[in-house]
Amino acid sequence: MTDPILTVDRITKHYETEAPPAVDRVSFTVHDGEILAILGPSGCGKTTMLRCIAGFERCSSGRVQMRNRTLASNDTHVSAEQRGIGLVFQDYALFPHLSVLDNVLFGLRYHDLEDKEGRARKALQMVGLQSYADRNPHHLSGGQQQRVALARTLAPKPELILLDEPFSNLDALLRQGTRQEVRTLLKDNGLSAVLVTHDQEEALSFADRVAVMRQGRIEQVGTPEEVYYQPRTLFVAQFLGRTNLLMSDADGAHADTPIGRLPLNREASGRVLVSLRPEHLTLAAPNDVADPDPRTSGKVVERAFKGHDITYRVACNESEYLVHTSNRFSFQPGDRVCIRPLEPGVVLESSPAASSVD
Amino acid sequence: MIPEYWRTLWRDQLRDRWYLLLPVAFVVIGVLIPLGYLLIRAFQADASELYALVVRMRNLELLWNTLALTGGVLAGTVLLAFPLAWLTTRTDLPGKRALTWLGVLPLAIPGYVMAYALLGATGSQGVIAETIGLPLDRLSGYTGAWVALSLGTFPYLFLNLRTALLGLDPAIEESAQALGYPRWQVFLRVVLPQLRPAFLAGGLLVGLHVIGDFGVVSLMRFETFSYALYLQYAASYDRIYAAWLALMLLALTIAVLFLEARLLKGLLYHRTGTGTGRQATPLRLGAWTAPAYGFVGAVGLASVVVPVATIIYWMSASVDVGVPWGGLASALWDSFSASAPAALLAATLAIPVAYLSVRMPSQLTSGLERVAYLGYATPPLAFALALIVFTLQVLPFAYQTLGLLIVAYALHFMAEAIGPIRSSMYQAPPNVEEAARSLGRTPMQAFVSVTLPLLRPGITVSIAFVFLSAMKELPITFLLSPMGFETVALNVWSYANEAMFASAAPYALAIMAFSAAFVGLLLVREKSTSRKTHAASAP
Repeated sequence: MTDPILTVDRITKHYETEAPPAVDRVSFTVHDGEILAILGPSGCGKTTMLRCIAGFERCSSGRVQMRNRTLASNDTHVSAEQRGIGLVFQDYALFPHLSVLDNVLFGLRYHDLEDKEGRARKALQMVGLQSYADRNPHHLSGGQQQRVALARTLAPKPELILLDEPFSNLDALLRQGTRQEVRTLLKDNGLSAVLVTHDQEEALSFADRVAVMRQGRIEQVGTPEEVYYQPRTLFVAQFLGRTNLLMSDADGAHADTPIGRLPLNREASGRVLVSLRPEHLTLAAPNDVADPDPRTSGKVVERAFKGHDITYRVACNESEYLVHTSNRFSFQPGDRVCIRPLEPGVVLESSPAASSVD
Repeated sequence: MIPEYWRTLWRDQLRDRWYLLLPVAFVVIGVLIPLGYLLIRAFQADASELYALVVRMRNLELLWNTLALTGGVLAGTVLLAFPLAWLTTRTDLPGKRALTWLGVLPLAIPGYVMAYALLGATGSQGVIAETIGLPLDRLSGYTGAWVALSLGTFPYLFLNLRTALLGLDPAIEESAQALGYPRWQVFLRVVLPQLRPAFLAGGLLVGLHVIGDFGVVSLMRFETFSYALYLQYAASYDRIYAAWLALMLLALTIAVLFLEARLLKGLLYHRTGTGTGRQATPLRLGAWTAPAYGFVGAVGLASVVVPVATIIYWMSASVDVGVPWGGLASALWDSFSASAPAALLAATLAIPVAYLSVRMPSQLTSGLERVAYLGYATPPLAFALALIVFTLQVLPFAYQTLGLLIVAYALHFMAEAIGPIRSSMYQAPPNVEEAARSLGRTPMQAFVSVTLPLLRPGITVSIAFVFLSAMKELPITFLLSPMGFETVALNVWSYANEAMFASAAPYALAIMAFSAAFVGLLLVREKSTSRKTHAASAP
């Protein structure tokens, strides 16, 4: 791997001495051309952390480094304007008294560049708004304002871009398309980015890696597949989607679970909590199973047909399980079924890791 | 924990913007230090002399006069403002929207102009006697001051009550009615208690106005602390007693502020439910419509028609002998040359104060903002005397200079400049400034290139407010103006003081024009802000 462009090392931000810190010893790195998403519920400290990187908040302790340049440490604090980090705000923060073009030109004024206007127009072209250069930001739609904000950030060609919930003010239809466009734009320009969001679908589809944050701490960092399929903690498992939790007894690579003996994703022993995503379970009619385990037989309680797939709620030994199947299996409420696991169970840590290091 | 708190505040917020504190420090020093010198001056006498100054019947008399006038005017304004506010908000009185103006227009007539007009209207040679042959005794003393101040200050109460009445949730009254209360009981037990904060807020403004008033009591020759302070200052060089009178005036003001804060404690009523508040069904006046019009007409007649007609009457007398255009022009220039720089200075000082209190809300910044209001609440005569004492002892070269007058205006009226700048600050959200910084601007450059242009409308309004207020200011001008400096306000007062009503008329008209512009600006702003908040709250 190449040298990281951004290294965040155990940064902590205290607002009040007595209160728990808003950001608690957070560490991660961002590599060249990588998009990292910081995912967490509102109030988890993700925006504070982003503002520490941007330079608008002073870290109480810890270090922020970009390439070989220390931006923040116990005795340094490079001010925001000298960091050369691009920032896209949730509500875009366009300058209402300037035209679209002047908004984009704003960031180029202090750079020693030729043909600033040409560059600004090129940035607008990149986001498909070249014909809106003379408009006032008030007269643009939310999606267009968002793209002006992006052009304004991209025009000075920063190496790193921070995005603070940039898609949350767009309506659902527009959001997905814009997300894809922005991702393509960042990738085509080889830019590194940190995205902050509370929307797990957005984080999983937009980022190369996802860091899941909770109460000021990062609980897990990994590729979207890793954090989704191999959640390390109960919080990560539940925050990224619906899941079935099984209190099990593990002995090495296997565990006895309420729905039978299962292979595990890693070795464990004693009482552990095992997570199985609904799509990692399937259903079978009792007649089709050669040797039905009584622990796995249950009854369909509810069926939600969603076109390409079906979600069942299945009652089994006084517990309920969610099962996500393709639409080829069709059971009706009341049908007797057998629950069949398709993947190994994921062992969850009983308590969150003390700190997470990439 | 307090040192820790200040340390964090300094490190996180102020270290990069220390220069913001300079104008704030100027205000704090400009207001508090002179008041400190007033205190020092007051104690520059030996003990027996001090005893004689402080413990004397005259002080009690002045206190009684001041309190009696304040109480009387409060009662008078309630009698004028409450029925008017109720009629124009909760009844079906035809034309009530237009009648609302009656509750606002008296603001365009400063106290000393109102007193002058009442003096010129009554008496055997007054306008009323001359035109309709009704010989009224010339108003003076307590009655004169009471009438002039009640008519001139009831709008403060009216505006507060009107807002409160419009904000009442009719569902609360309807619930009381549904529980079996008759209408008048609902009024007593439900409506009136909810209006208490408005009564207190409006009453505070009226009370401070009366305590600090100089123009009316001096023209009506009624001895309150203010008037006695002026007489003492003008008649002799015994500044120590003048300083004592100023301190007593100050103490009274502080007592009123404390009383109001105490009474207001825990009195914040909100609608607890969600959903949209609607307006109450207007009460049908029926046969009471005529008496209602009679009341409204009488208020309008006394507070607007009589004063304006009187001034126009005396103006025509002035036209007969020739309007002193030269004098008027030079007075206008004198007023302008002090008011315009003061307005610019006040707005310049108000920007950092508003910025700090909006962007870095904390105990410290709200305390700083309160200091700015301290200059406003300090009775103008006491403030002016404090500045005189201070300059004579510390900056003798500044005594009786235009510069000192300008600084005094700016410090006194700065509170008026903070409001508009503060609300336009909300139009310039902090992340716009942060966006500028992430694009390479220093905090100062970001402020100048992004926030300042967005504040421009607010700054313009602030300058206009302070300019118009300073144009009609009387007591500070009285004590601090340089030798031979004759503003428009001073001309009105001195001619009226010598019962030269015709000579005062042109100057009084000029003052009324400025005041009307001030009120107009106030109303336009009120309307546009209420529309803005309305638009913002709409989904």
